[in-house]
Amino acid sequence: MQTPTLFALLLLLILVAYGTGFSRAVAAARTSGGLRKLASLPSYYGLHTALWCGLPALLLLGTWLAFDDAIIRALVMNGIADKPDTIAGQNLLYAQVQNLAAGHLFGEASPQVQAAAARFTELRNGSRNLQAALSLILAIGLGAFTVLRFSPQLRAREKVEKVLRGVLIACACAAIFTTVGILLSVLFESLRFFQAVPITEFLFGLHWSPQMALRADQVGSSGAFGAVPLFTGTLMVSAIAMFVAVPVGLMSAIYLAEYASKRVRTFAKPVIEILAGVPTVVYGFFAALTVAPFIRDLATSMGLQASSESALAAGLVMGIMIIPFVSSLSDDVINAVPQSLRDGALGLGSTKSETVRKVVIPAALPGIVGGVLLAVSRAIGETMIVVMAAGLAANLTTNPLESVTTVTVQIVTLLVGDQEFDSPKTLAAFALGLMLFLSTLVLNFIALHVVKKYREQYD
Amino acid sequence: MNTMTLDAAGQAEPVQPKAVEQDTVGTQTKVRETVGKPFCDSAKLRMRNVNVFYGEAQAIHDVSLDIGRNEVVAMIGPSGCGKSTFLRCLNRMNDTIEGCRVEGELSLDDEPIYGAKVDVVPLRARVGMVFQKPNPFPKSIYDNVAYGPKIHGIASRRAELDEIVENSLRRAGLWNEVKDRLDKPGTGLSGGQQQRLCIARAIAVSPEVILMDEPCSALDPIATARIEELIDELRENYTIAIVTHSMQQAARVSQRTAYFHLGHLVEVNDTETVFTNPQHELTEAYITGRFG
Ligand SMILES: Nc1ncnc2c1ncn2[C@@H]1O[C@H](COP(=O)(O)OP(=O)(O)OP(=O)(O)O)[C@@H](O)[C@H]1O
Ligand SMILES: [Mg+2]
Repeated sequence: MQTPTLFALLLLLILVAYGTGFSRAVAAARTSGGLRKLASLPSYYGLHTALWCGLPALLLLGTWLAFDDAIIRALVMNGIADKPDTIAGQNLLYAQVQNLAAGHLFGEASPQVQAAAARFTELRNGSRNLQAALSLILAIGLGAFTVLRFSPQLRAREKVEKVLRGVLIACACAAIFTTVGILLSVLFESLRFFQAVPITEFLFGLHWSPQMALRADQVGSSGAFGAVPLFTGTLMVSAIAMFVAVPVGLMSAIYLAEYASKRVRTFAKPVIEILAGVPTVVYGFFAALTVAPFIRDLATSMGLQASSESALAAGLVMGIMIIPFVSSLSDDVINAVPQSLRDGALGLGSTKSETVRKVVIPAALPGIVGGVLLAVSRAIGETMIVVMAAGLAANLTTNPLESVTTVTVQIVTLLVGDQEFDSPKTLAAFALGLMLFLSTLVLNFIALHVVKKYREQYD
Repeated sequence: MNTMTLDAAGQAEPVQPKAVEQDTVGTQTKVRETVGKPFCDSAKLRMRNVNVFYGEAQAIHDVSLDIGRNEVVAMIGPSGCGKSTFLRCLNRMNDTIEGCRVEGELSLDDEPIYGAKVDVVPLRARVGMVFQKPNPFPKSIYDNVAYGPKIHGIASRRAELDEIVENSLRRAGLWNEVKDRLDKPGTGLSGGQQQRLCIARAIAVSPEVILMDEPCSALDPIATARIEELIDELRENYTIAIVTHSMQQAARVSQRTAYFHLGHLVEVNDTETVFTNPQHELTEAYITGRFG
């Protein structure tokens, strides 16, 4: 039986099981005098039966589907007498077998492959039949068993809720495992990189030019993987961005929360938040085509040396992009400061600005700091604007008018185009990714911690 | 100090329930005029024909009242009758509520309270307020009390400030409990302690008038007694308006008592009169506990 048909059949069985459980409970209620005589509501009996019918069968099916390909392959390959030594050769041979079994192969196949293909078809069909039979038996058997075991005293609701809790936990775990999985894979690739390039050179080296030699005798063949210029570049662009975003965002939040009339607020807040919805690539070409040339011309007119792509341009535009982050998060925390605190301050004869400066902002400060930290991790991770406006040159400089490059930009340039996935050049991207991941993780951790502290104060 | 209690008052003047029920129905027509003594000669605060609206809804109807120098006026009445609203008019705290509109003539020492030229900041420094719910700032206990003196430049040196803080906390009856932890957050105190902290904060700026909105609703009897003592003490220099749900308290601390009902000022009289011989049926019904 084909797998989709099997799924449909199981679904049908589950529905039947629900209906049976439900009507069993209703019937029991009728004979014993009312729904209150049951330990749970009829729908819970239905769900209980449906879960017993469906869950084990689906789990069995899932496990089966996860492993049957590998097992069939092992069995088929074992049956072939003289197979190639390399993994690539074996893959090719097995693909041939599969194609033949599916009837796609053109040309002559060796008798060995033909035998293997026959065996493959036989195994696969057997597997499918067995899987269908087992899961249907399981579903019907357990469903029937549950229906037979029905009694009004059965606490169906508690059992169903236990299963539901399990499902919720599984979903939460999926998110956690994904994070851990990404972290681990990045970590292992980074470790491979650190075998080629010492970690001290990566962390403290001042020169970044990730070329690898194509031939051993090539001139200037050894690449340099000192990431310090990238870190300083990232730091500088992010710092400029925060320098723009924090004051502007915070002040606009204060204006909106404390001074603006209701009409202005309902109009201005969504408009500011639109800024957050503009795709970063749009900011990118705005930065590259408008802001960067403007800065260069301005600097030149003041007698300064400026390149046409600069950290300043990228930082400024990134700052504008982050304003809505800072302002809407701050706006929320400022609004969460209880009115009674403002009343208390005003009642003592504070002016509006004294109230804001000395009572409202200090009370909201932890939340604002949390918001700013989240914005910083956003700035560190931002790529597109920097690619377009800050350039690619890994300069180690503190001059914001020069072009710099950031960790994210280098990850992009290392990985675009055709790459081998085992050269230090590509592996360097994983090491950079790891650094990025760790730093934003730490920042987010601190930010969430701070925000939580703040919440506790007023709840 | 007036030591009249509610029970004594209630037993002294039993009233017919029948008469009251008719009157509560006819309230709107009957409470045009405030009975008793709403005015006095040496008025610190003078209110005439005050109307307060929240949007369309009128919360205070045509209230006229004087609060004299060195006098404690208690305001009583059923929940929602407009006591807090009226109190908040006196230092313009209603300004912070969107859609709230105040009409009428209000003056402090014969200077208008409302008006385009009036600066609310010095007004509020002169007319302090203790709120219904304790609202300490999320700062240290010391900074809570020092906040007002600092912004008004009352104390320039640290030693002066220390003195003001200690003095205010002592008068609010909180000093002994907090003297070892002045640098701990004020929000970490118990509800009753927080309220006393707010009282200390209010008196630290030495206002001329203190408005108290149920200052003792979260306090135990001992702390309440301390606050009542404080009110007595403050009366020598200040003018006080206090809202309270405890009629015993009104009887103990105030010279005159004002009874509000559905936004109308029904009766104002010497406290003793109100509790022994109320002139309006509604007042009588309220203080004998038959409604409200
Ligand atoms: N901010 C507001 N917006 C709209 N209506 C309000 C507002 N504050 C109070 N009111 C209304 O005004 C009326 C008087 O309220 P107020 O708070 O002055 O009563 P109160 O006498 O202090 O009551 P309590 O003894 O419960 O404190 C009530 O009907 C209330 O619903
Ligand atoms: Mg009130």
